[in-house]
Amino acid sequence: MTTSAEALKRTALHGVHAKLGGKLVPFAGWEMPLYYGNITDEHHAVRRAAGLFDLGHMGRIAIRGDDRVAFLDRIVTNAVAGLAVGRARYGLVCNEGGTVLDDVIYYILEDEILLVVNASNREKIVAWLEKHRPDGISFEDQTDATAMIAPQGPAAAALLTEHSDIDIASIKYYRIASGTVLGVDARVARTGYTGEDGFEIYFDAAHAEKLWTGLSDAGRDAGMIPCGLGARDTLRTEAGMPLYGHEIDEATNPLEAGLDFAVKLDKDFIGRDALQAVKDAGGPKRRLRGFHVAGKRIPRPDYELFAKDGGDAAVGRCTSGTFSPTLGKPICIATIDASVADDAALTVDVRGSRIDLEAVPMPFYKRPKKK
Amino acid sequence: MAGEPNPPTDRRYSDTHEWCKLDGDVVTVGITDFAASELTDVTHVELQVRAGGTVGKGDKFGEIESVKAFSDLYCPMGGTVEAVNEKFEDDENAGLVNTSSFDEGWMIKIKVDDVADHASLLDADAYKKLVTGDAT
Repeated sequence: MTTSAEALKRTALHGVHAKLGGKLVPFAGWEMPLYYGNITDEHHAVRRAAGLFDLGHMGRIAIRGDDRVAFLDRIVTNAVAGLAVGRARYGLVCNEGGTVLDDVIYYILEDEILLVVNASNREKIVAWLEKHRPDGISFEDQTDATAMIAPQGPAAAALLTEHSDIDIASIKYYRIASGTVLGVDARVARTGYTGEDGFEIYFDAAHAEKLWTGLSDAGRDAGMIPCGLGARDTLRTEAGMPLYGHEIDEATNPLEAGLDFAVKLDKDFIGRDALQAVKDAGGPKRRLRGFHVAGKRIPRPDYELFAKDGGDAAVGRCTSGTFSPTLGKPICIATIDASVADDAALTVDVRGSRIDLEAVPMPFYKRPKKK
Repeated sequence: MAGEPNPPTDRRYSDTHEWCKLDGDVVTVGITDFAASELTDVTHVELQVRAGGTVGKGDKFGEIESVKAFSDLYCPMGGTVEAVNEKFEDDENAGLVNTSSFDEGWMIKIKVDDVADHASLLDADAYKKLVTGDAT
C-alpha cells in the first residue's frame, strides 16, 4: 500500500476535461489533461490552426502597492521599471547565488502587476516574495479565483477578433489588454509557450466553462481543438523554450540556459552579483544546445552525452528529449560543457547505445513570418 | 481515449502490461490499451526477436518509444517465435499500438513451451484491478 497522496488540485475546467474524455494525470500537484485525442494531432492543430489549453494550474499572483515596480525589479532578472501599462516581460527569479528559482511572466496592469509563475514553484515563489516584501507591498494569490486559458496558433487572432470587444490587432507580442471575450470580462495577453502566435486569457473562474465552451464552439470550424500538457511540452521543446525542472532549476543559472536576453545586469536584483561574477570569469561553464537525433530512439532527461571519438567522460546531459511532430524525428536539448566546440561530433548514450547527434540552432522550429 | 476500462476477457495479462492471447499452443502478445494510453503517442516499436528464434519467459523482446516515454517489452511466456508484426518496420504504423492495442497492434506470436503458463497470468478482472488501483 502507498500512503494516500494529498488530493490533487483541480482547475475550474476539470469537469469539462472529464467530459471531453481527456487523459487526466497528476502534474505539479494538479490533475491536468495530458491529451484529449492524441498528442500529435493536438500539436499539429496548434501549428496549423489553433489549440485551446487550460492553464489554470499556473500560479497567478497580483502584486500591489505604490512601490511594486521597484519591488519586482529586485525580484526578477529582467527590467520592470520603464515598462508602460499593458506591457509584459519574461524573466527569472534567482536566489543570491544566481541560480533559478522560477521563470515567470509579468504583466504591467493599471493598478497592479500580474506575476505568472510555474505551478510547481508557486508556493516557493509566494514564500520568496513574502520574505523580501517591504512595507506597503501586498500580494494576492489569484490562482484559485481566476481561470487562465490559452488559444494558441495561427487561427487564434481571428477567432478572438470576432468574439472580443478588444482591438486584438493592437495587442502586439508580449502585451495585454482588458475588455470582454464572449461577454466575459477578461484580460487578453499575446503571450504563450508554443512558438506560435497566440493568446493567454485571464478571467474570473466562475466563467471558466462558459468561456472555454464558447471559444471551443466558435473555433471548431477553423480547426481549433482542445490541447493538453503533452502537446504543450512538444510545442515548447520545438520552440526551444525552457521548462523549469529540465533546462532550468536551482542548480542552473540563466546564462547557462542561454537566457541572457532576460538578464539585465545594469540593474540591481537578487542574484545579480553572482551572475556578474559568472560573466567576469569568462561566461558560463556549460550551455544549452539543440540536436537532431539519428535513428528512432529518443534521448530522455539525464541521458549523458559524449564526444564521438573519445573518452568515457560525459561532456553533457540531456535536459529534454521528444519526438518532434513537426520535424518527424527525435530532437533533444542538452546542457554541454562550454569547452566543447560547436562543431564537435557528439553522441548520446541511450540505454547503452551511443546515438549520433547533429547540432542544430535552436529553436528547432520557427513560425513562418507573416507576409 | 483514457485507456480501455474493460480489458478483453479472451486473454490473460502480465503485471508489466502485456496481453497474451492463446490459440492452441500459439500465443499472441501485445501491450494493453492502458499501457498505450500511459505511454502517449507511440513513435517506434522495435521488435528485437525474429521468427524462428527463441524467447524465454520474462525475456525482453523489444522496446517502445513514445512522445513522452519509452518502455521495454517483456514476453510473459517462453517459446519459439512464429511471427513478428512486420507492420512495425514502418514507423507510420507505430500508432497502431494506440489505436488498436488489442488487435492490429499485436507484436509477436510464439509457439509456447508450456501452455499451462497462460493460466498463471492475470485474468481480465485481476488486470483491471491492477491498473485501477483498487486491488483489495
